[in-house]
Amino acid sequence: MPKGKRKPELLFQGADWDFDTLRRTYDAMEQIAREDLDLDFYRNQIEIISSEQMLDAYSSVGMPLMYRHWSFGKHFIHHERLYRKGAQGLAYEIVINSNPCISYCMEENTMPLQALVIAHAAFGHNHFFKNNHLFRQWTDPDGFLEYLNYAKAYIQRCEERHGAVEVERLLDSAHALMPSSVFRHRRPPAPSEREARARERLRLEEEERSVNYLWDAMPGSRRPAPDGSDLRERLRSMRLPEENLLYFIENHSPTLKPWQRQVLRIVRNISQYFYPQKQTQVMNEGCACFVHWEMLNRLHERGRIDDGAMIEVLHHHTNVITQPDFDDRRFGGINPYALGFAMMQDIKRICVDPTEEDRAWFPEIAGKGDWRGVLKDAWANYRDESFIQQYLSPKVMRDFRLFACADEAAEPWVTVSGIHDERGYLDVREALARSRDIAVREPDIQIVDVDLLGDRVLRLKHFERDGIPLERAPREATLAHLRHLWGHGVALEETR
Amino acid sequence: MANFIDRRLNPKDKNLGNRRRFIRRVRSYVKQAVDEAVKKRGIADVDRGGKVSVPADSIHEPHFHHASEGGRRERVLPGNKHFRAGDRIDKPPGGGGGRGRKGAPSGDGEDDFVFALSREELLDVFFEDLELPDMIKKTLKEVEATEPKRAGISVTGTPGNLNVRRTMRNAFGRRLALRRPSDAAVSALRARLFDLEEIHEPDEAQREELLAIRAELDELLRRQKRVPYLDPLDVRYNYFEPKPRPKSNAVMFCLMDVSASMGEREKDLAKRFFVLLHLFLSRRYERVELVFIRHTHYASEVDEDTFFHSRETGGTVVSTALREMQRVVEERYAPSEWNIYAAQASDGDNYTGDSAGCVQLLNEGLMGLCQYFAYIEIIAEEEARFLKSDRNGTELWLAYRQVAEQWGNFAMKRISRPSDIYPVFRELFARRSAKAADA
Repeated sequence: MPKGKRKPELLFQGADWDFDTLRRTYDAMEQIAREDLDLDFYRNQIEIISSEQMLDAYSSVGMPLMYRHWSFGKHFIHHERLYRKGAQGLAYEIVINSNPCISYCMEENTMPLQALVIAHAAFGHNHFFKNNHLFRQWTDPDGFLEYLNYAKAYIQRCEERHGAVEVERLLDSAHALMPSSVFRHRRPPAPSEREARARERLRLEEEERSVNYLWDAMPGSRRPAPDGSDLRERLRSMRLPEENLLYFIENHSPTLKPWQRQVLRIVRNISQYFYPQKQTQVMNEGCACFVHWEMLNRLHERGRIDDGAMIEVLHHHTNVITQPDFDDRRFGGINPYALGFAMMQDIKRICVDPTEEDRAWFPEIAGKGDWRGVLKDAWANYRDESFIQQYLSPKVMRDFRLFACADEAAEPWVTVSGIHDERGYLDVREALARSRDIAVREPDIQIVDVDLLGDRVLRLKHFERDGIPLERAPREATLAHLRHLWGHGVALEETR
Repeated sequence: MANFIDRRLNPKDKNLGNRRRFIRRVRSYVKQAVDEAVKKRGIADVDRGGKVSVPADSIHEPHFHHASEGGRRERVLPGNKHFRAGDRIDKPPGGGGGRGRKGAPSGDGEDDFVFALSREELLDVFFEDLELPDMIKKTLKEVEATEPKRAGISVTGTPGNLNVRRTMRNAFGRRLALRRPSDAAVSALRARLFDLEEIHEPDEAQREELLAIRAELDELLRRQKRVPYLDPLDVRYNYFEPKPRPKSNAVMFCLMDVSASMGEREKDLAKRFFVLLHLFLSRRYERVELVFIRHTHYASEVDEDTFFHSRETGGTVVSTALREMQRVVEERYAPSEWNIYAAQASDGDNYTGDSAGCVQLLNEGLMGLCQYFAYIEIIAEEEARFLKSDRNGTELWLAYRQVAEQWGNFAMKRISRPSDIYPVFRELFARRSAKAADA
């Protein structure tokens, strides 16, 4: 690299930053984002915060606003202790899927690191949020912060009216069911988050004015029809089976008060908001890493940042994308940053400089040259599972030296079912894709029946996959919470 | 276009509300930790903040998730060294297949959840049993007050703190050293110049003088400009440092009956009583020394640990403790230099006939030396029910009542619960705020 040739154009030098430098650097990067990478992103809002504020954000699931609950206090204490002991560093940034897209950068970051972080979050993640189909379908970036604000105020009002202890117990139970309270297969039956909210508020106020329970209007007792058409009718009217537990309780609980239903709604909406994130870790981080890698390399090639800055960037970059081997002490699973970045780099390579093998495996993109188009299409239309299924190449499998092993509980050994060779590529890829599939990772629990006019016992089924049971102790504890919310009996049955 | 926002100055402690909720949630453990602190620590150390250990189970946030064992699963791992398809790897004995997960941040680990309690939080819990009035809780928790004290001269500061004399002195010295022409010299020269210019037809000498004076005046003015009258270099400011308010020293005597009748409960109550008095005193005085005197049928000065924890057998002669206290005062704590406080705890037993001696010791010696003498008699809860009136009681109690009637700075109280302790100090505190109101 010819050093100093274009020195006057350096965006910054050294570690210190100020807002002018940030702005100047941002503008240069925005130009690259638009012209070179052809990215499409929400307007950016970049906020500088202190380490303490970062810890705050950590403990409230990364959100700038959150209602109050003891568990957030616990997480704060936990992270603070690790941080103070030096056992854990803090993230350099947190980015929020909202419009404008908010990213928090730590004040302690040096200028090269700020540049890296802005490229990563404000362009990489931002582009992904705006374009990926899951986020487009399931989240409402325009209104989510506003919704959180509303939720915070609402829960505070509830605490004032009904007592903090009462609200806390409700939230405890709702949090326990949170992961099992997302719509996985169909969209929530609501036109738009905000419209629904306005309607909901009106409805609640109306309801609170005249307390009358829906159930009072039901006819007293009926005889069950012998042919079971009753049951069918009942299931149909309640749209059973239902996978979203809180949604069902909110709508059909015979005992909850309107404000309690509203609190459940808030909790499940927040849960739903994170649902796309869970399914796109590899892609989301891969996209962000790929973008920051491209951007900072361009800045360096054009002499806008100096070698010192680039070395610091490389240092952080390699830290982030390190994948320890399975027998390494540091191993903690597949690193989504590493896998995502490697796959996207590989896609670019296949488009530009393919081998014979690539031509055989990816005839539709190999050598076509348009890596931007291919990547943008992938970012928009895939999630982790399908992305791996579609794009994990033999080369990446070889580079990672991936191997799959099957583990049957009854057997005293684990069998290696495939490795990174000709015979194993497809198996390994299939297994890795499955392991990223949220439907496999999370238990499938559904409400299958409840007789509201009879014993009102809420019947649930856990559809076991591959014979993997639920962890015992949390299962019982969570059921206790479910019973508390439902107000009547609860029965969970395992089905294979 | 991006919007940059500096959030660093936003209000901190956003999480305080959550932290309070958490501490409320684990109340019983916090209480346990505080009781432990009261029991184990020295009187002067109780308020240092503390560690709370909460069993992870009690703050677990459960949800449905897969068990780590059972069923059939397939994993993909990186970093294959020599495995081939079909290889069998023995599972580690005892554990299930694969590697165990490390403790998740949600606290799945089995270890206790440990966190530090701040001084404030600890005192909150400590005060709870004592049922202190809110106002007093607040004053006791306040950190020491300071006031600015002159601490020399500085080259930086605010205009309000400008030290004019020092500044002018520096300026004068500098003007002298750099030979700045004085204003008097300039105006004398100027006057002479005017005189010369007045002359219509100056002769040769006068003309030369005029030129010379002009040149000289120019030179002087130039020098004056170069060496300013007041230079930023000269400016000095008064410098202030925050200093704790001056307070004098106090010594606190803890007197306690350690005969066999004082059990764990009695000693714990007594300790809380001593801790509270110490908190009051350390608010008020810069330095508080503690003297521990225990007694059975004879008294001795001991260290804190022995005071609370070692057992003695023997009779009970209260006057020995008072005599020992008198001895220590005479030896080490001259009343002219020390504020003397005494706190005595006992279960009311005394050797028959000794109480009159105590009264005499107090009336004639100690009460004159002490700022305040507080006596608590620790009784059982059942006793508290029928000992309603102050007028009857043990011989010691009745004897002390005579002292209390005579001296305003003698306080006595029977206590059976922690919440009974505070009223002993009520007067002490009331006197203090009255004094503050006078000032």
